[in-house]
Amino acid sequence: MPFDIPLALIILFPLAGFAVCGLIGSRMTKPWPGIIASGAVLASFIVALIRVIDLASMPQNVRVISETAYTWISVGALRSDISFLFDPLSAVMILIITGIGFLIHLYSIGYMAEDHNDPEGKLYARYFCWLNLFIAFMSLLVLADNYLLMFVGWEGVGLCSYFLIGYWFKREDAMAACKKAFIVNRIGDFGFLLAMMLIFVVVGSLNYNDVFDAVRNTPQLFSVGILGTIGAATLIPLLLFVGAAGKSAQIPLFVWLPDAMAGPTPVSALIHAATMVTAGVYMVSRSSALFLNAPNIQILICVVGTLTALFAALAALAHTDIKKVLAYSTVSQLGFMFMAVGVGAYAIAIFHVFTHAFFKACLFLGSGSVIHSLHGEQDMDKMGGLAKKMQITNITFLAAGLALAGFFPFAGFFSKDEILAAVINAGSGAPILIACGVIGFIAALLTGIYTGRQYAQVFLGDARDEELYEHAHESGPTMTIPLIILGIGSLVVGFLGMPHFVFIPAWGHAFTNWLEPVFSSGGAAEAPNVILLLIGLLIGWGAWLGGVALGKNAVGVIMPESLRAVSLDAFYNITIVPAGFAIAAACRWIDETFIDGIVNLVGSFVGESSVALRATQTSYVRNYALAMAVGAVIVLAWFVVK
Amino acid sequence: MVPTSFYILISAVLFTIGALGVLVRRNAIVVFMCVELMLNAANLAFVAAARQYQAMSGQIFVFFVMVIAAAEVAVGLAIIITVFRNRETLDVDSANQLKN
Repeated sequence: MPFDIPLALIILFPLAGFAVCGLIGSRMTKPWPGIIASGAVLASFIVALIRVIDLASMPQNVRVISETAYTWISVGALRSDISFLFDPLSAVMILIITGIGFLIHLYSIGYMAEDHNDPEGKLYARYFCWLNLFIAFMSLLVLADNYLLMFVGWEGVGLCSYFLIGYWFKREDAMAACKKAFIVNRIGDFGFLLAMMLIFVVVGSLNYNDVFDAVRNTPQLFSVGILGTIGAATLIPLLLFVGAAGKSAQIPLFVWLPDAMAGPTPVSALIHAATMVTAGVYMVSRSSALFLNAPNIQILICVVGTLTALFAALAALAHTDIKKVLAYSTVSQLGFMFMAVGVGAYAIAIFHVFTHAFFKACLFLGSGSVIHSLHGEQDMDKMGGLAKKMQITNITFLAAGLALAGFFPFAGFFSKDEILAAVINAGSGAPILIACGVIGFIAALLTGIYTGRQYAQVFLGDARDEELYEHAHESGPTMTIPLIILGIGSLVVGFLGMPHFVFIPAWGHAFTNWLEPVFSSGGAAEAPNVILLLIGLLIGWGAWLGGVALGKNAVGVIMPESLRAVSLDAFYNITIVPAGFAIAAACRWIDETFIDGIVNLVGSFVGESSVALRATQTSYVRNYALAMAVGAVIVLAWFVVK
Repeated sequence: MVPTSFYILISAVLFTIGALGVLVRRNAIVVFMCVELMLNAANLAFVAAARQYQAMSGQIFVFFVMVIAAAEVAVGLAIIITVFRNRETLDVDSANQLKN
């Protein structure tokens, strides 16, 4: 091809949108910052699409495009370029980010048009400015071809997440939530940083290719004992997983995600459901070569994922805030993704990232549409019967909810079932994985119940709050069009990754085939387990119907509130938080006593000595003149005597 | 011909008178005149040395000093007038506001 569109444009378009919205957005009238921002993301999406077509036209085993913009850092042995790696994995991620990102930008134009927290619309441009910056950083994260550049994107999305959670900065809860998100994420980032340093010490490079080649060709490098007998081969994946657990809200670092719902709903859809929180899954999948070397860590990941999936599903049952339910559901689904990653089924994990991006974004946007029409009401106990008022929202929410519940033939069924099958299959090697698989099925059952209950409680039955119901109305087209597209996606994208039955055509496995060259162990071509499939199918149908029955008859709180305590907040509040305050108090004491003491000592020394010297300042001109004359005589005398 | 050392001696006497005047007198104008005296003492030494060594540079210096002295007079008198307008005295010891 004579001319290729540079990959950097995918990042530069939203970056330009960020600059425009940030610098002159506040002078534009209302929809314009939104239109510019959406246009920038659409442009990125088109560039990404063109490059994906380029990629697909290459032979399957050489599908990699790398482009170097310039050398960023070159210090001693460390060399890091601004360079991009575009392979099937980053292609999938970039399409999710820019494609779903665009739909959510479009939706935001309508959603943010009336903002009861910001009636004068002063913050409107700022919202799109951060949203665009987020897309730029997220694209950088998945396009980077080395860990350092990925880390730049990693921190950048964390920053944008902080800004957007705290978008309504006058609200106390939003400020607390954004600080919490940032601090908890710092813990994970610290793990990621340590892992990078270790990789650099062991391999001498942070470039993906160098690192993975080193793992495959010279594994003895990694046998260096770092902490006693624990070698780098174990420690690096463990620390990477700490980073992933922070960003992707796994036990014990998931506490920030439910609170993050204090941000605007489209932000929850984009950042806290479809893209940023899956960065951890992406990072672990990208580093699959490192993880396959550490079977213990893999089992740990699977167990953590399973527990997260179960506990978050329980917590989702107990909440009545429409967004909190979805937030815990996201945590739970991320747990499923980590289960898949833990058994080496990376392609399936990314498949679940893909389907989840559609149906969870749709659910969040649908809930946003509900909240919008009820003027900010989020309590499901006050909803009900909205199906009659909001047809489009109702149908799309239903489609996405069915997908989340794993209801055959919606998207979530295929990806979730493949994950559970992969975990059970892997159980032949490690029995604990069988337990994980069984717990996974229970979590899937709970998923169906809480989703069905949520749908029924919001859309079916009778209105619980007449006044709210009276004012409910369907949202405008900028909001319903993304809903429709995502709703259709929730129904159809699952067919890209169907199980390997004989009668299913080749395009039915398009997704897993596409990703196969990236991973050393794809886990893609596994024989389907008919019994597991049937169990999954029945669970999906049964749980949904059970949940709907539960939600329809719901009066007040259905589930014991004690289940909400599954959140680790209470535990952290009596352990880590006081410890943090104690350390801070100690630091303050040291600062005030020693650091300030030294500074004050220097200051008072200068002060005291100047008091003594002040006596020489008589203010009589002749004294000064005499001093000058005497000085001149002394200098002359010195020359004469010498 | 008068020996050069005589000129130098007179120059030194004038300079000393000027320097003492600057140090002991309180009237700003007298102090100022004493400064001029010191400058002219230096001028005398310059021209004497120029004659002694048959070099022009000493005379050139004198012209420079004269120009600078003229400039100094302009500035200095302006300062003295302003000081007088403010405090209605020419006593330099009364200008001690910068102390402490």
